[in-house]
Amino acid sequence: MPADLKYTKDHEWLKIEGGNVAVVGITEYAQDALGDLVYVELPSIGRSLKKGEDFAVVESVKTAAEVYSPVTGEVVAVNDDLPDNPEKIKESIEAGWIAKIKMTDPADMEGLMDKSSYAAFLKGLTG
Amino acid sequence: MSEVVKLNTQNTNPSAHDPVFEKYAAKIGATRALMQEEPLLFEKEQADAPGVDLPELERKKPRTGLAIRDNIGLPQIKEPEVVRHFVRLSQQNYSIDTGFFPLGSCTMKHNPRLNEKLARLKGFAHLHPMQPTATTQGALGLMYRLQNYLADLSGLPAVCLTPAAGAHGELAGMMTIRRAHEAHGNTHKKLVLVPDSAHGTNPATAIMCGYQTKTISTKETGKLTLEAFKEALGDGHDVAAMMVTNPNTCGLFEPEIDKIVELLHKAGAYFYCDGANFNALVGKIRPGDFGVDVMHFNLHKTFSTPHGGGGPGSGPIGVCEALRPYMPVPEVVRDEDDTYRLSMDREDTSLGRLKGFQGQFGMHVRALTYMLSHGADGLKQVAEDAVLNANYILSQLKDDYHVPFAGPCMHECLLTDKFQKDAGVTTSDIAKTLIEFGIHPMTVYFPLVLQGTMLIEPTETETKESIDRFIAIMKMVAEKVRGGETDIFHDYPLSSPRRRLDEVTAARHPKLRWSAAKDQAAE
Amino acid sequence: MRYLPLTHDNRMEMLEAIGAKSVDDLYKDVPKKAFITGLANLPLHKGEMEVEKILSDYANQNHAACDGPFFLGAGCYYHHVPATVDYVIQRSEFLTAYTPYQPEIAQGTLQVIFEYQTMIAMITGMEIANASLYDGATAMAEAALMAMRLTRRNGIVLKGAPHPHYKEVLESYMKNFSDVALQGQVSEETACVIVQYPDFRGELHDLKAIRKECDAAGAKMVVVVNEIVALGMLPAPDMADIVCGEAQSVGLAMSFGGPHLGFMGCRAEYVRQMPGRLCGETVDADGRRSFVLTLSTREQHIRREKATSNICTNQGLCALAFTVHMALLGEGGFKHLAQLNHERACHLADALDKLEGVSVVNKTFFNEFVVKLSKPARDVVDALVKKGIIAGYPVSEHELLVTATEMTSADDIKTLCAELAGVLA
Repeated sequence: MPADLKYTKDHEWLKIEGGNVAVVGITEYAQDALGDLVYVELPSIGRSLKKGEDFAVVESVKTAAEVYSPVTGEVVAVNDDLPDNPEKIKESIEAGWIAKIKMTDPADMEGLMDKSSYAAFLKGLTG
Repeated sequence: MSEVVKLNTQNTNPSAHDPVFEKYAAKIGATRALMQEEPLLFEKEQADAPGVDLPELERKKPRTGLAIRDNIGLPQIKEPEVVRHFVRLSQQNYSIDTGFFPLGSCTMKHNPRLNEKLARLKGFAHLHPMQPTATTQGALGLMYRLQNYLADLSGLPAVCLTPAAGAHGELAGMMTIRRAHEAHGNTHKKLVLVPDSAHGTNPATAIMCGYQTKTISTKETGKLTLEAFKEALGDGHDVAAMMVTNPNTCGLFEPEIDKIVELLHKAGAYFYCDGANFNALVGKIRPGDFGVDVMHFNLHKTFSTPHGGGGPGSGPIGVCEALRPYMPVPEVVRDEDDTYRLSMDREDTSLGRLKGFQGQFGMHVRALTYMLSHGADGLKQVAEDAVLNANYILSQLKDDYHVPFAGPCMHECLLTDKFQKDAGVTTSDIAKTLIEFGIHPMTVYFPLVLQGTMLIEPTETETKESIDRFIAIMKMVAEKVRGGETDIFHDYPLSSPRRRLDEVTAARHPKLRWSAAKDQAAE
Repeated sequence: MRYLPLTHDNRMEMLEAIGAKSVDDLYKDVPKKAFITGLANLPLHKGEMEVEKILSDYANQNHAACDGPFFLGAGCYYHHVPATVDYVIQRSEFLTAYTPYQPEIAQGTLQVIFEYQTMIAMITGMEIANASLYDGATAMAEAALMAMRLTRRNGIVLKGAPHPHYKEVLESYMKNFSDVALQGQVSEETACVIVQYPDFRGELHDLKAIRKECDAAGAKMVVVVNEIVALGMLPAPDMADIVCGEAQSVGLAMSFGGPHLGFMGCRAEYVRQMPGRLCGETVDADGRRSFVLTLSTREQHIRREKATSNICTNQGLCALAFTVHMALLGEGGFKHLAQLNHERACHLADALDKLEGVSVVNKTFFNEFVVKLSKPARDVVDALVKKGIIAGYPVSEHELLVTATEMTSADDIKTLCAELAGVLA
């Protein structure tokens, strides 16, 4: 769990690049819950998103999980590698990111968890 | 390779490891005794003429205005090998006629062959749906009788036979409701309440009708509580309907249904009942009398028209009198002169037509045959025996498996793998163990309200002997897990035509058809 | 009560094991008012002999297609089905199996679906096909919804003469969405252009021109076929994006309108927007080729609100009947059957065109076409019923749609012409 990332309660991670672009992926916890990944459905570039809106789908054989945008903004890049190689999501932050979202409201970052509070949040889930 | 495949270490295919066989495998294949390996039709030796004999052609210039089609790519095989092909494939299938099939919410009961025989009478089979009604009075009379029987059994006076399957019936029923709201100017009613234990078709149907869904939680008790319902209903202003399966998918009859329906109706919303579990009630309890406004019947469940390996189904709907104007057309009516016709009289108010022609008539014949065979007395006994069998299973397994919600249950009972999971044996392992011991698994991982659910529906057509054997296998699994013997359960099934499949690869790289070019390239 | 194996002793023993006094104890949560007093208003149980008598009486009141000359088609066709087909589909292991959710013990059904999907893809000229849909009319409605998902547009254009039931079903489905409309002309709002091939009046349209029109507007092209035998003779509609329709003609009896067999093929890139089941190839733990239902995340049991359709079942046994019949026909037989149908229709057209008061309207046709009559078509049909002839389907006041298949004999055509001449005289 890298230290410079932020986390959501829906198990997305995000990393800020160049001040206002959020790189978004799903956490190890979400990856483990889904099991073997078979497909990733990506958003189209240029799509504008509201905070909390679902913008991608990560699929295993028997489940499909929506990925929700942690911030409001516009999709500026997607990881084209993923639909054909969904397991890359699990490799690393560099290989497994889903989309880059150019934020319009930096205040969206407030309320996101850092590494330690996300760890505590997970502990609460598994009881 | 996916995890599920890696778990299996033992290879039961006799030609796979034995070097003696390996050497000859290319020529003799993997066929052993009754386990006949069968290639695809496209891979079999091709004949130089078709497997049918047709009259000679004159081959004059066609009047299609188009060229005659060139190569399609279809195989060509003579009749003896076509028959063997499909017989061999059939022998790789488990069926009700093979053995016990306690698949929850699917009502896998005996399918009488009388139904099949009568559906094939020439006056039914070779009847065109658009013939003049003077030539189809018998078929229309039969449909009229079926409408009346379904109305009587459900307590819902208007019946439409056209929907092609349960999910199609849901669509018909919910569109009927939508149309009624529109007719009354209630276009603001856009919300459909659906419990989290519902079949996936319920929310999918609501969306297809242009509605939004709101989920009612039943996680705590497996039942709809008045409290949770009230919370979901709110002031009820926007609520168009509630879709509930009753008995529900946890195998329980909703005890507070009366009070819930009263509030629902007060809010001007309708009660849609998913009739998947009607086998617990048929001939004994009428859904219309516990407040249902619309329900669908799964003729392939309750009334034993065969499942056919996944269809054809048939999903007629019954609706209350107030909704009759809005249900789909056509409807079979009897005129004053005692003749029958396909009525489009309600065309102005109806939601319209939902299927070509007038429904799965062949299934109507089978269902009516079944109803007449059982009669009012037999159908009541069907419900009672189905419920008795399920409760008996529950009573015998309740100490070995986690029973999330106390009984009595209706015609199916719900267990989970909670007691076995920590030892590493999951619902999936239990299902695959049943396969190894010659029983079709129960419904697994449904409903979604709990983890590792197993929904067991024995139906009324099982002997106590076969139910006791199922119980003995389930007890054996539980006992072995308690004793720490768990490894074998990860390898099952060993004796089936195939072992566990690599479903991950199937989904990652979908190969959905055979193709000559690709297969040659691969070689 | 021959289907109920529990004995009285069984029932008593089981009640005791449960700890209930009577079965009604188990129904304690059901409101009292919902119980039927006594028995439902159906007759008491009957033996096979009695039931067979009742059902046979119904069947005997109908005039079956085999009872006299028969020229009705219009989306449902009277073809010959080889005896093998009905034998195979009544095998217990196919007839009484469930949807193949447990692939280890359902390879029979799964391999058949895989073969069926391959055949449909080949015949339609599409890259892939699904495991079947309810019928041609609902398949067309599903294709329109699919095109709307693919294009995120809401307009639908129907070209030529669609089957009236197909159009009505489409309109019913569309009523659920206030922003969806049938358009007169192709525009930037058009999700798809739907064309029937051959159309309801038997005419054949220029599919290439429609393709161009679609491309210009960025719309999808949907071809609907309700007589699949035609594809044994007509060029494959492989320029379409989606080909769907009705395959009752191969393997299935008319059965007063169902069960029939809806099919759908499309380009491989659209697979994730396809409705209905799909079967795919994989291997089992021993590395043996196997088949399994796949890409289920599109479907209602996983995706719920976000499913591509609420469809749950396919028409499994009907798809099997199709596959068996098509296997018997094979490449040569299927093409031969198609041409035979066309030749019989040509004979029928020639014979009818010679009659006073009858003229063939169609410029092109496969196995059905419209004739203009000098008297109202409905009256003519009714008059011919009295002579034991099912003459066709009235498509307008003076127009009759007539059909010939391999079942139509020269004698049938002769009888029709003789009686029709009498009716029109």
